[in-house]
Formats: sequence, C-alpha cells, structure tokens
Amino acid sequence: MMALDIAGLTVTIGGKEILRGVDLRLEPGRVHGLAGESGSGKTMTGLAVLGLLPHGARTSGTIRLGERDLLTLPPKELNRVRGGEVAMVFQDPATSLHPMLTIGKQLTEHMRHHLGLGKAEARAQAVELLTKVRIPGAEEAYRRFPHQFSGGMRQRIAIAIALACSPKVLIADEPTTALDVTVQAGVLRLLRGLCDELGLAVLLVTHDLGVMSAVADEVSVMKDGLVVESGPRGRVLREPAHAYTRSLLESLPEAEAR
Amino acid sequence: MSDTPDAVKATRPEGLRPGRRQAHPLARFLVRRILLAVLMAWGITLVTFVLTNLVPGDPVAANLGQRALGDPAIVAQWRAEHGLDKPLWQQYLLHLQGLLQGDLGTSQQSHRPVSQDLAEFVPATLELAGAAILVSLVLGVAFGVIAALRRDRLPDHALRLLSLVGISVPTFWLALIAFYVFFYRLQLTPGSGRVDAALGSAPAVTGLQTVDALLAGRWDIFTSAVGHLITPALVLALYTIGLLTRFTRSAVLEVLGQDYVRAARAKGLPGRVILFRYVLRSALVPIITVAGLAFGSLLSGTVLVEAIFAWPGVGQYAYKSATTLDLPAIMGVGLVVGVVYLVINLIVDVLYGVIDPRVRLQ
Repeated sequence: MMALDIAGLTVTIGGKEILRGVDLRLEPGRVHGLAGESGSGKTMTGLAVLGLLPHGARTSGTIRLGERDLLTLPPKELNRVRGGEVAMVFQDPATSLHPMLTIGKQLTEHMRHHLGLGKAEARAQAVELLTKVRIPGAEEAYRRFPHQFSGGMRQRIAIAIALACSPKVLIADEPTTALDVTVQAGVLRLLRGLCDELGLAVLLVTHDLGVMSAVADEVSVMKDGLVVESGPRGRVLREPAHAYTRSLLESLPEAEAR
Repeated sequence: MSDTPDAVKATRPEGLRPGRRQAHPLARFLVRRILLAVLMAWGITLVTFVLTNLVPGDPVAANLGQRALGDPAIVAQWRAEHGLDKPLWQQYLLHLQGLLQGDLGTSQQSHRPVSQDLAEFVPATLELAGAAILVSLVLGVAFGVIAALRRDRLPDHALRLLSLVGISVPTFWLALIAFYVFFYRLQLTPGSGRVDAALGSAPAVTGLQTVDALLAGRWDIFTSAVGHLITPALVLALYTIGLLTRFTRSAVLEVLGQDYVRAARAKGLPGRVILFRYVLRSALVPIITVAGLAFGSLLSGTVLVEAIFAWPGVGQYAYKSATTLDLPAIMGVGLVVGVVYLVINLIVDVLYGVIDPRVRLQ
C-alpha cells in the first residue's frame, strides 16, 4: 500500500528547472528521509505536495494521494487535503507559529474547519494532542502564546498542530535544524514514535545525515533537482552506489558516519 | 534561548517560562499606561505655561488702555488682581490650582471663561476630525490590503497614484478646490458651516451635530449635518488615507511572506481566515503606529480646513486667539491639543497590548 506516490515531478520557476523528474514513494508507518545539500530541491519537493510553491511556479508529473493527483486538484479540494490528509511541519518553530494567537487557537482552528468539531470537542482533542507530544501542563499550555515556550517545545506544538486532523502523510521540512542539539533527539524520537503509533507516512527532509541515520527507514538522496539514489537506510548509508552519496558521507565527521 | 534535554524537562512541573500571576496582565498594562499619561498631562500644563510666559509681549499692555497704562497705581492694581506681581512659580501653582478646578482663565477677546469657549468649539472640531479619522482608517486599510493582494496589477497602480496625490497635495489647496468644485460648480454639497441654519438645531447633548440629531430623532438635521461634514472630512482625510494605504500595503506584503502565513496555508484554512486572522492582525501593529502619528498631523490640518469651510471649531478659535495675543485662550487650546495627543497615544499603546500578547506579557 502506498500513501503518497510522487512520479516524474518537475518544477520550473522563472524559466529555471528546480526539479527535473523526482520519483518518491511514501508508505504508511515508515519514515522516508530526503537528503541533499542546500538548493538540491528537497524543500521544493515537500512544498509541491501541498501546492505551496512560490507564485509563478509551473509543475508537471503526478503526486498521487490515493486516487487523486494533487497537482491537478481544484483549489477547494486541495485545501481540504492540506492539513486534513497531508500535514506539514516547518523548519523554524519560532516563525511558523503565529506570535499573536494562542496555542489553543492554532491547534483547534483547522480541526474545527476540516472536521466540523464544536469548540469544547476541539479543545478536548487539542489538550490530548499536547499531552501526546509531551507538552507538560497541557491545560495551561492551551491558553499560552508561542513566545512563552522554548524552541523544542514550540516544535512539539507545531507537530501537534500538524497531527490535529489525523493526516495520513506528514511532511517534515528540516524539523530539527533550528533546534538546539540537545533537544533534536527528543523531537526525532517523538516523530518516529508517532509514525509507528499512528501509521503515518513521513517525508523527513533534512541535510543532516546524522538525523537521517537515526530515524529513517528509507533514504533518498537528491542533487540538482534529481533523486540520485534511493533505498533502505542501511544499504544507502553503508554501501552508497552513487558517487555523490559517498561524498556526502565522507564529509561527515568520523563519529557520525556509521 | 537554550533548551534543556528532554529528561530534565519532563521532571520540571511546567516547561513554561515562570509567569507571575497577579492581576490580569492587560489590566496591569492599562493601569501603568494611564498613570504615565497623567504624569505627561502634568508635563503639558508646565510646558504650555512656560511657553506662553516666554512669549514677548506684556499682558498688561495687551489688556489695559493707553491711559490706564500711564498710571502706575492702576497697573500695579491690575497686576495684583491677576496674580502677576507674584514670582513665576507661585503663578504656576495658582494656574495649576485653577486647572484642577476647571478654571482656564478668561478670554480677553470673548470676555468669557476659556473653558466655556472651548466647550463650544472643541466638539465641532472633534466631529470633523473624528469623521476624518474614521474615513481614513476604513479606506486607508482597505485600500492598502487591496493593493497588497493585487500587487503590481491595475488596482495596485491606481491606488498608488491615489496615495501619492493624497500625500503630496497641500490641504489648503485641496480644500479650496473641493469647495469650488463640489459646492460652487456641481452644487453637490452644502456650503460652509455645520448644518442648515433654517433647520434650527437639536438640543445639545454631546455637541456633535450628527449624534445630537440622531438622539433627538431629527433626520432632517442629521442628513444636513452629514452633508456639511462630508467634504471637509474627506479633504482632511485624504492625506491620512494616502499614508495609511502605503503603510498598510507594505505591512501586509511583509506579513504575507512570513512563515506562519505559509503554515496557515498548509493547514488548509480558507483564504478569508488567513487574511483576517493571520495577516491583518500582524500588519495592524505598524498600521496603528502610523495612524497614531498621522492623526496628530490631521489635527493641525483642521486649522486650515476650518478656515476655508467656515467650520466653527477650535482651529478657528486658536487662529483668532493667536492673532490677538489672547494668552489664556492660547494656553487653553494648547492644553486641549496636548491632551488629545496624549489620548491618541494612550489608545495606540493600549491597542498594541490588545493585539500583541508579547507587549502586554513582558
């Protein structure tokens, strides 16, 4: 069973080809790591799934979610998929949460919109979610604002927001890059746990092969808008077939290349 | 800010920053701002008093006739009567004492208490300026949002032209042109004054013609008052509209590029929710700052507009007082204008606190 199937995806922005035929398959309950240096097109791949590419971007290929192709879905239906079936966690929780809205508001607004929940119902679910991502004092946290939390806590909240409508697919764009090294492991463990528990298909975009080796089941490596290598983590990281993957691995400090 | 590892975090009862919980944070914020405003109001009395006493010009000479001036006994008696023989600091204390009792002195022009004069003229200006503020807020913000959302397309270009005109055209010129075109040529609007004299007037409750007319249920007076108000209010508002359009446009464009707006799109929220809840809320902070400043300059614009439209407001009163060196009246106007500025700033500060939790929770 396939949760999300990206095939032959190309993206052109202002005459420049950013993606040149990307193929990726996400399966439920598995974390698919997408590696590559800055500018290789990792983030664009993630944004393309939700139709969040910059204005003037042109696409071709298919992104299949069940029977539907997300690239050709009418805007209204795409909006139902966003946040509902496919959710996203962004790089920096300091900027991806609205500073003037309470955690509760940001957790419940799309629940109420997509699932048609009442205020009390949504609130109960939100508190449950906050507990699930291990925010201490969930009831209290519900009423607070983002700036009252630390970076790691904020990213946990962002993950809770992404999970609010029980999506099938989660796209995590560098979810630990902006965090302190000491809390990165905690957030990754949380992601891995939720993936197993909820049967989520996770696309983990990262430039950090250390992060990749910690949680990914599958690994794809991108370079210049193409996937150059793809396969189970163990094989790709231990016996890389492509020269670029090897050079990525060799650029790691000794201790991390395992 | 650094983060502690999970293990440590879990044992801490709250992973939140410690927050003192006493009164409601917004209430505490409000009290602090109001206390500050009272202090500033006292500062205004000091400044107006000192400035008026620095003015070269002898109140004795301005008030007594030529013959009386020649008699030292009369001059001394007049000085004693008005407390002018006392040292300046005592005069100030007396002035302050009078202020606290609502006594602003007597106008040398109208020979009435200044407070009575102000009570007559201030509401007219408040009505004019208030209408201009309302119009410029609604139109300026709406235009700015439209320009930002239709960036580099026809509506954006058209609105840019409008705001350029609004900011560049001098108010007195615009007032004259508007008067000539709409009243004299097209006869679309009534001429000068606040209301048709033939209709009489509604009993004064607030001093605002439109509100008083509504309170009395006099539709004829209300429509006449609104008709008289439209042109001068629009003339006065055009500058602020232009300014607000520009600032709203750039504020909205900046917010549109923020991560949290993209995150809101990724949540599948409808466009109108994103616009009002996510974009406008953030954009309001710079908009309010500019609006507060602009309303200050709008007040000085009333002097010119009132003169041209024969609007019986405090601008006209100030102009007459200044040209006749009517010191108590000038001080009174200065005090009122200062307090209005203060109130505008207080409102701006409070709005910051209401809109942005980071301001009130600090």
